[in-house]
Amino acid sequence: MAYHSFLLEPISCHSWNKDRTQIALCPNNHDVHIYKKDGTKWIKIHELKEHNGQVTGIDWAPESNRIVTCGTDRNAYVWSLKGEVWKPTLVILRINRAARCVSWSPKENKFAVGSGSRLISICYFEQENDWWVCKHIKKPIRSTVLSLDWHPNNVLLAAGSCDFKCRVFSAYIKEVEEKPGPTVWGSKMPFGEVLFESGPSGVSGGAGDGAGGGWVHGVCFSHSGNRLAWTSHDSTVAIAEGGKTSTISSLSSETLPLLCVSFITENSLVAAGHDCYPVLFVYDGTKGSVTFGGKLDVPKQTSQRGISARERFQNLDRRATSSETTEQGLESLHKNSISQISVLEGGKSKCSTFCTTGMDGGMEWSHGTSRYTHTHTTHTV
Amino acid sequence: MSKNTDSNQFRKVDVDEYDENKFVDDEDNGESQVGNLMEALQAVLKNPPINTKNQNVKDRAEALVLKVLSAFKSSDIEKAVQSLDKNGVDLLMKYIYKGFEKPSENSSATLLLWHEKALSAGGVGSIVRVLTARKTV
Repeated sequence: MAYHSFLLEPISCHSWNKDRTQIALCPNNHDVHIYKKDGTKWIKIHELKEHNGQVTGIDWAPESNRIVTCGTDRNAYVWSLKGEVWKPTLVILRINRAARCVSWSPKENKFAVGSGSRLISICYFEQENDWWVCKHIKKPIRSTVLSLDWHPNNVLLAAGSCDFKCRVFSAYIKEVEEKPGPTVWGSKMPFGEVLFESGPSGVSGGAGDGAGGGWVHGVCFSHSGNRLAWTSHDSTVAIAEGGKTSTISSLSSETLPLLCVSFITENSLVAAGHDCYPVLFVYDGTKGSVTFGGKLDVPKQTSQRGISARERFQNLDRRATSSETTEQGLESLHKNSISQISVLEGGKSKCSTFCTTGMDGGMEWSHGTSRYTHTHTTHTV
Repeated sequence: MSKNTDSNQFRKVDVDEYDENKFVDDEDNGESQVGNLMEALQAVLKNPPINTKNQNVKDRAEALVLKVLSAFKSSDIEKAVQSLDKNGVDLLMKYIYKGFEKPSENSSATLLLWHEKALSAGGVGSIVRVLTARKTV
């Protein structure tokens, strides 16, 4: 468990390189800074200045070592390292609103950009013209696309959007790949086909009144691609299993809305959000239930000092309770909302380390093997 | 002609009165008895008028819920909240906030008591669900 504070501004987005020695992040301005780990310190080695608006999404392709960034200036750039310098290539997305999130596909031959123009741009490189071309997925998205995640087969893409739905699309581009085999989500996958659409979270199984739903902030496929998890602004987390019985299990949590989620094994997820600490959820496939697994944050031990009678009455005056702790500060390591989680080691099937960044400009990475195995013994995995 | 076409009595029937969503059990008689208060709460939280667009229906349901909530003694509130399931707590929160919108002399105090207990049962998440719910109670 370690916490490093980069700066005072929020970190809008971040991405790690393949061996996790460098991190590219946006300190809430128009640039991307690349930091390199040097012992316990982080040194800024590059500044990528090209965007005219805040950079909202960064993804670093591990194998081909290219970085794609997208921003509120409605552009995306693909950066390649030439010698010691990163050189950008503009990608014309043909959108008229800000880009919100970007993600390389598993084979790194295409990437997807979600935007406020209510569409997803799938971009691939055309060899003949030597530039990046994009295709749009428009229907039936009715609002901003907030988050994206690719399925391991390089064709399916999950998108969470502000129209309260989480969907799985096919992003099959015939110019760059062959026809994919059938998966649990479906077998016919022409470009732009919707293979799964969630109702407002909690409408099937789970919650009773089914009225509600919120913006879908984070989506994540499991390592095998058979399960899809998403978190929504109405403080719920839901998991759907692809297949004929597309059942959705959801949990209405007692915390503030979660903004990002990631599978760490096939049965458990870690999510974080406005409550400033990561939490663990465990999914039971046989019962179709999601349960809260615990907070993954070790709070600093606040010194317990006795409270004088004067303070007690003052508290009573001010806050109507004579409680002992003056809980003025948060006990978690992060002091502001966490906006992004990335898995560092172990992949989505056996994650041992993950990293969270947030609005407080800090980054925390957690080693959790001992804790996960502890929770694993209490839940059947 | 087998139909009676003279009478216009049918026009005086308000069809919305018989809407299923509005149906509340006749617990008004049993309210004064403490034991029945728990059942009254369960009954009044069943079938909330979420899907109807008729404002009258919603107002009447809300007034009924408020009546039941005020009839509880402060010491019984916690037990009552424990007896509800998760969706019940969310629904209760929705009614509490609806009740806050139109305060009367005593309502705010009782509602605040209920709010405190419901908050410890449902957490902040239940309040978030009140705010993000698109179909109001």
